[in-house]
Amino acid sequence: MTPVNAPTTAPPAGRAGLPSEPAASSTAVRRRRRTRGAVIAAVTVLLLVALMTVRVLVGTPMVYADHALRAILGEQLPGISYIVVESRLPAAIIAVLAGIAFGLSGTTFQTLLRNPLASPDVMGVSLGASAGAVIAMAYFGAQGTTLFWCTLLGGTGVAALVLLVAGAARTGTGGAVDNRFVLVGIGVAAALQALISYLMTRVNSQTAGDIMHWLIGSLSTSTWDRVRILALALLVLVPILAALLTRLRILQLGDDTATSLGLPVPRTRIALVLVAVALTSLTVAVTGPLAFVAFLSGPLARIIAGRPSVSLAAGIGALIVLAADVIGQNAFGDVDLPAGVITGVLGAPFLLWLLTRGPSPGEGK
Amino acid sequence: MVLGGLLALAAAILLSLLVGARSVPLSSLWEAITAFDLTLADHAVLQSRLQRTAAGIAVGASLAVGGAAMQGMTRNPLADPGILGLNAGAAAAVALGVYLLSISQVVEFMVLAFAGAGIATVAVYAIAARGRDGATPVKLALAGAAITAGLSSLVHALVMLDQASLDRMRFWQVGTLGARSLVDVALVGVFMLVGLVIVLVMTGTLNALALGDDAAVGLGVSVGPARLRLGAAVILLCGAAVALAGPIGFLGLVVPHAVRLLVGGDYRRVVPLCLLGGPVLILVADVIGRVIAPPAEVQVGVMTALVGVPVFITLIRTRRQVGL
Repeated sequence: MTPVNAPTTAPPAGRAGLPSEPAASSTAVRRRRRTRGAVIAAVTVLLLVALMTVRVLVGTPMVYADHALRAILGEQLPGISYIVVESRLPAAIIAVLAGIAFGLSGTTFQTLLRNPLASPDVMGVSLGASAGAVIAMAYFGAQGTTLFWCTLLGGTGVAALVLLVAGAARTGTGGAVDNRFVLVGIGVAAALQALISYLMTRVNSQTAGDIMHWLIGSLSTSTWDRVRILALALLVLVPILAALLTRLRILQLGDDTATSLGLPVPRTRIALVLVAVALTSLTVAVTGPLAFVAFLSGPLARIIAGRPSVSLAAGIGALIVLAADVIGQNAFGDVDLPAGVITGVLGAPFLLWLLTRGPSPGEGK
Repeated sequence: MVLGGLLALAAAILLSLLVGARSVPLSSLWEAITAFDLTLADHAVLQSRLQRTAAGIAVGASLAVGGAAMQGMTRNPLADPGILGLNAGAAAAVALGVYLLSISQVVEFMVLAFAGAGIATVAVYAIAARGRDGATPVKLALAGAAITAGLSSLVHALVMLDQASLDRMRFWQVGTLGARSLVDVALVGVFMLVGLVIVLVMTGTLNALALGDDAAVGLGVSVGPARLRLGAAVILLCGAAVALAGPIGFLGLVVPHAVRLLVGGDYRRVVPLCLLGGPVLILVADVIGRVIAPPAEVQVGVMTALVGVPVFITLIRTRRQVGL
């Protein structure tokens, strides 16, 4: 219970655009880009801090800023300490961490498979995690830690299966491996959907409601234990992903070029997929599958920054989850809507807009 | 080949009538045909299974023929109402209806399922057709999966707000042949019949389209109107099937491919055999679902997914260049 340093957890998202320049043509262009990147990073961090503040202070009851600060610093204020320290603050932090994880894994998938539609929530990874959780809930009445492990196992297991079946251990020409991976993922997703639908008819009304609630995803069960799990996961996985980013860019040139540049293609691809899958599954295990966050972060970051930016995608993901939670908590009077409902309902039209928008210059197929 | 198909269908119908949680001996079937008596338990079981079998024949034929037409007109071996988002569109429309209008009649389900399936199909095709290389199988499948993900999160949000809707939806969404009266089947069957006739008449056109647009024009086919008519038939067939049985995936994918393995790619032979193969597969899947996990019943939508996913994956793996 040492939440003192909590408000400083936001910055990792903000380092937009540091090492990601492709061979820039001139120093002037490079400087302009860097300035733009810095401005965008600063705005993202400011927005994150502002939204976290709103999340902690606004709601029923409203909390004064100085009261909240004193509560966070350890002072016991009746009626306020619990709400601020044990409920709202962990929710805000989990929102940021989950958003970062979804944003990172989504944009990794989309970049690797060269298609903005190929995010983990479309391709069965999130559904694998969900299926694991639904099985655990329907048959073993699992909660807490058991549920967490079943979800993790479901997500990584399904991803491993897809990798194996798609033949990711071999190289192929013209994106053949990537295409197979996408298609197998979609097929498996459809099967998992059928499995979840079946399980939903095997349980009683009460459990069905619980499962549905979980399937939507919410931050209402945020505790400091979960903050620790998620923070630890990010601490391990984000540096690995960062180390692999250069290789991801080389892989985008195509399997043949990458091989001739000396990159072990199959191993790199599998490593990238596994890191992204671990990020998604862990986060789904904590918050449930928040629809569209992984899907939207990358393309949005690209629109805002004018070029692909992995770190900005992480920041955007955090902003989306946090904003969805704030809206769900406050916009509907007495009803608290889970964050997943907001991301789902607002995300669907946005997805359509994104899809009907013409391909921007330099965007793959 | 057709004779074999008919025999298989007859066997499947017999199985579907006789096998289940309560097995009915063949002699009872004969008695029920000659002297029907609803007070006898066996006869009551037979009556409910007859309805179920009729629904299975209608749905199986529609999905198989619809799938074949879809694969031919888009030149896409992976086309299937489940993969291309058609089922999700119908499900979302039905969910909206259940939530906003508290519908419960099959006719109402059907109208909404048609509308949803049609809109989703057009949207998926429009999204996938953008870009230089047009609607490749991968892009179509991805667009379908994305639309499915979007719509299902909408459905989740809707049913979460309302427990009654959730209870109605979760039993509709799995895809089952039970609980449909002969009147429902006849009603939906009219639409299916129209769709079936259109596809059966246009098998020659399908052959031409399968050669590519240029070749089709060379053979005297006006490609645009032909696509439009076939598209309408596909939506009629698959929309009616969803309305009757809920979303059933993979049947429209598996049956045409299996038939092609037997008789080759000529649609004048593929489509009629799909008409027989679809009902056979769905009835057998339904029978297995009844006996596989007693006392529970595994719905037919789950069974077709169990059969369909391995076939789907085999298709992907054997086709070296998925882009075609």
